[in-house]
Amino acid sequence: MKRTVPLLIAATTGFVLIVAYFVPPMQSWSEQVSVWFDILAAVAFVLGGANLMKIHLKHISDRARGWGYSAVLVVAFLGTLFVGLGKIGVNPATQFPDFAWSGPYRQNGSPFWVLFEYVFTPLNSTMFALVAFYIASAAFRAFRAKNAEAILLLGTAFIVLLGRTFAGVALTSWIDPAVWSGFQYFTGLRIENLTVYIMAVFNTVGNRAIMIGIALGIVSTSLKILLGLDRSYLGKE
Amino acid sequence: MGAFLRQEWWIVAVFIASLLPLVHVLFTGRVSALRSLDRRWIFLLMFWAVLLPIYYVSSTGNVLPEVPGALAQATFDEIEKLSPGDPVLMAFDYDPPTTGEMAPMATAFVRHAAEKRLRMYFMTLWPPGAQMIDDTIARVLKPDFPQLVYGRDYVNLGYKSGQEAVIKVVVTNLRELYTTDVLGTGVQNIPMMDGITSIQQMKLIINVASGTPGTKEWVQYAVTPYPNLRIVAGVTGVSAPLYYPYIPRQLNGLLGAIKGAAEYEQLVLNRYGGPNPNPKYMEGLRRMAPQLVGHLLIIGLIIVANVLYFTDPARGRR
Amino acid sequence: METSAPSIVWFDLSRVYFLFVLIAMCGAVLTFIVLARRGMPMRVRQIAGLASVDDAVGRATEMGRPVLFVPGILDMNDIQTIAAVTMLERVGKTVAEYDARIEVPTSKGLVMVAAREALQAAYASAGRLENYSADDVYYVTEEQFAYVGHLQGLMAREKPAACFYLGGFFAESLLLAETGNGIGAIQIAGTAQPQQLPFFVAACDYTLIGEEFFAASAYLSGEPDQLGTLKGQDIGKLIVAAGIIVGSVAATLAAITGSPAVQRFVVFLTERVMS
Repeated sequence: MKRTVPLLIAATTGFVLIVAYFVPPMQSWSEQVSVWFDILAAVAFVLGGANLMKIHLKHISDRARGWGYSAVLVVAFLGTLFVGLGKIGVNPATQFPDFAWSGPYRQNGSPFWVLFEYVFTPLNSTMFALVAFYIASAAFRAFRAKNAEAILLLGTAFIVLLGRTFAGVALTSWIDPAVWSGFQYFTGLRIENLTVYIMAVFNTVGNRAIMIGIALGIVSTSLKILLGLDRSYLGKE
Repeated sequence: MGAFLRQEWWIVAVFIASLLPLVHVLFTGRVSALRSLDRRWIFLLMFWAVLLPIYYVSSTGNVLPEVPGALAQATFDEIEKLSPGDPVLMAFDYDPPTTGEMAPMATAFVRHAAEKRLRMYFMTLWPPGAQMIDDTIARVLKPDFPQLVYGRDYVNLGYKSGQEAVIKVVVTNLRELYTTDVLGTGVQNIPMMDGITSIQQMKLIINVASGTPGTKEWVQYAVTPYPNLRIVAGVTGVSAPLYYPYIPRQLNGLLGAIKGAAEYEQLVLNRYGGPNPNPKYMEGLRRMAPQLVGHLLIIGLIIVANVLYFTDPARGRR
Repeated sequence: METSAPSIVWFDLSRVYFLFVLIAMCGAVLTFIVLARRGMPMRVRQIAGLASVDDAVGRATEMGRPVLFVPGILDMNDIQTIAAVTMLERVGKTVAEYDARIEVPTSKGLVMVAAREALQAAYASAGRLENYSADDVYYVTEEQFAYVGHLQGLMAREKPAACFYLGGFFAESLLLAETGNGIGAIQIAGTAQPQQLPFFVAACDYTLIGEEFFAASAYLSGEPDQLGTLKGQDIGKLIVAAGIIVGSVAATLAAITGSPAVQRFVVFLTERVMS
């Protein structure tokens, strides 16, 4: 029973939405279901937040290894929540001056805005910037011309890497019909043009093949779930 | 360059000093040290590969010349052929981590639209996107286009949750979801919203997107069912290959990565730049220098790694 | 003036060809499920990453280090996350059987709930329910880079011996994979995000590319029903390949010969069937 009811809900909803795709009066149902999902996700966010607090408060009370970081997290979480929900330091909106909480919570200069601009944004950007360093170390460690495919891959990588910079343009700028009219048949060999050709033809082909395979995998997986062949996500009986 | 090196000799000295230990390691350990190189040396090399060009560009104001490609030109032409007063949807679907790639595109798009006196309708499908819109308006419209009036020339509709469901709704009924703008003003009280009931009335969708929901969703749920809609997009480098299948019928222009941003900035500068363009409209161009050095470093690392691989005496015994 | 009463259109005729394609694809999958139930042997090629799940968990057990399972950063409404949670049950069962420890940090509340259910079911099916702890599956944060920051710190401190990255990933894929590589963990990744596959292939030991990720659950279960769906997928690929060949040949002939009939056929394919 514990798994049967959710299974029936999943199957019924899934098949109804598939049918709804073809029936004009029902085509807006999927948008409505998306809105319902958003409401569920918002409630689940509260659940996740409560779990987060529970775990880290336990770390602090147990003085577990690294409990200081848990304390930082709890303070940051509660502080941001308080500042944001309470609209601390936010002036009322000009249209509604008599209502203290009418201003936007992201108002320029407000504490929440300061937290976003000077803490959240730099930290996020820093983490994203790490990718550049890891790409370099991955390139040094992993990109070996071990076989024909690897050689092809490396050659393509060199062309695209150079083609995306001024170095590539400069390297093949001599292939210019103004220098010799015969070069008009070879302008495609300029690195920037080769890059565009690789991206537009070979890359597109490869991506389309992978995307087709993924789409078929999604159809198959979805069918398994809707038919109840795969019930792992439902948990135990 | 020579003058820069003479003037900023201290940074060159720091650069050399930071790499002396690496030279010592390589000198004492030779090739075997290179084979077991601690990756933190690679991180340091990448650090300098990015910092030195940025410092050079910031100090001297010099940027590398940029030749716009076909996609950037197509993007530029789509906006350039619009007429003053045409409504355009500016969908900014990105967040702070990708500001480095996306902000130059957003800045250039808004500047171009402002120069053309297009009516700009800002919206976003990402929660942090609302801040990105505010930042772009504060960076471009308020200081450089003070004659543009909020509510008459541009409006910020803000964020709505629902991801691609929002697109499905606004493409037929914008007012069902957007009853107020981000400041709480009812859309019926905003002059430029008069007569606007859906996205289909937009002459162009300008989408700056760094993930999902983003350009793919706009193409799937807005442009494909309603072929009269046109869209140009600025996307991250890693996701740009996914959108090539949509060009040119569904996606009329594409800017990929900071290179695409730089090419587009060059086109806007060529048309509207003037003799001393504001550096904030050249951020993409300025970032091409560290990109060049970074790419050359990666190519160099790959070459060194392969030389080590092929000269490894243990390789033949495996 | 004559007026006509509006009538409800019960079927969107512009989507009828999509319906035919859907019936063909789903029909292929269902047909092979039926054939599998009737005893038709279903041979599936070996997928290296999946064949090494036991080895990876065994390694973690020997080294006394935990297994890290990252189900991606998308929510339960994404099929990749559902596939990841399904895989979690399979991997969790192996972990339970080997008496290893697994940690599943999630970035969405709903994923945490579903992952707990799946892991509990896995321990129960292995007969080790007493070893299951709900705290092994926990919520971290919705924010992408804060989540990966937590994961990197976790990997640096606890040094898991086996890392599974299965689900929807974005820019954090390389950060995770390189960190895992740095701690010497065996890494198995799978995602349906094509743009992240190169990073996983470069840095992980095994990568499930595209549909291999969706096939993983069926492959590991070994059940005839599940293997039948893989065969059905292959038939779907053949249908698509046939369509590509027919369309390419037709478009080429239309361009070369200029035949109005062939051109009409190409227009029919592109604007009716494919739209």
